[in-house]
Amino acid sequence: MSKFKKNKKNGTPPISTASLPDIVFMLLFFFMVTTVMRETEMLVDNTLPQATEVKKLERKSLVSYIYIGSPRGLNRKKQFGTKAKIQLNDSYANVADIQAFIAAERESRAEEEIPLLTTSIKADVDVKMGIISDIKEELRKAQAYKINYSTRKELK
Amino acid sequence: MARSNRSTPEINAGSMADIAFLLLIFFLVTTTMDVDTGIARKLPPTAEEQEPEDMQGNARNIYEVYVNKQDKLLVEENEMKIENLREGARNFIDNNGKDPSLSDSPEKAIISLVNSRGTSYEMYISVQNELTAAYNELRNEAAITKYNLNYTELPKAKQKEIRKMYPMKISEAPPGEF
Repeated sequence: MSKFKKNKKNGTPPISTASLPDIVFMLLFFFMVTTVMRETEMLVDNTLPQATEVKKLERKSLVSYIYIGSPRGLNRKKQFGTKAKIQLNDSYANVADIQAFIAAERESRAEEEIPLLTTSIKADVDVKMGIISDIKEELRKAQAYKINYSTRKELK
Repeated sequence: MARSNRSTPEINAGSMADIAFLLLIFFLVTTTMDVDTGIARKLPPTAEEQEPEDMQGNARNIYEVYVNKQDKLLVEENEMKIENLREGARNFIDNNGKDPSLSDSPEKAIISLVNSRGTSYEMYISVQNELTAAYNELRNEAAITKYNLNYTELPKAKQKEIRKMYPMKISEAPPGEF
């Protein structure tokens, strides 16, 4: 009799949670590997235009970014005005600084990667073409011919 | 003696999962999965010696697109809405000599894009987008008639062949004030 009673008391055995850390660690490593931390603080407004015929930018390590837009936030707008400004890395820059910027980007890469370098132009929708043309002219002078107009994919 | 027998007490690993969860949530929150996309272009070299040769083709092979500072389009001296640009460019590129005012062949067709310094970037990108779309559609149709496959599904060599049939020639003049 006592035998049967004992069995009933046990019920379903508890599920072992010993492997739970392993599963969580697996997920953790996945996200650690895929995470790209934003390395620059945005100093300009940056609403990208929409387009349908877009290409993916592969190999992010070979892309240098040029941000263009009006200064972000009310304080900066008071200080610098609302005219479109160029941001390179973490600071505002002038059109004349672009050649030096491209040179610095090249310096930090291996020699065989230099022809693969792409410059991504991340400009705000409200920016006028004048400043973009000036930038393109500077990029031509710096022989950085591969460019990419960064866009959002259009929602249909 | 006793000390050689004594083993170190087992570390309680029950909270390991909690620590891992904490880290996991941190990375989950900070992760951005978005891929950068955009319209790829190649700038022409500064040396302009190849320009006259390119422009030698008679006027019918050049499709002039002007965008002024009010973001209005002037295509081949007629006003045009952005919605019609794709169709217009397609007709121009794929004319193959039929219409005497449009291009001789897709290889000879050049699109000349001139914008004002006051054109908005948004408008410029939509024009670029429509022109790219015209080429992409033509390439895709050529791929379907030739290989019964979409352009993007073709192997690299065949994509190159189709690209040769419809080379994308968009020439941009320095912007003016208009």
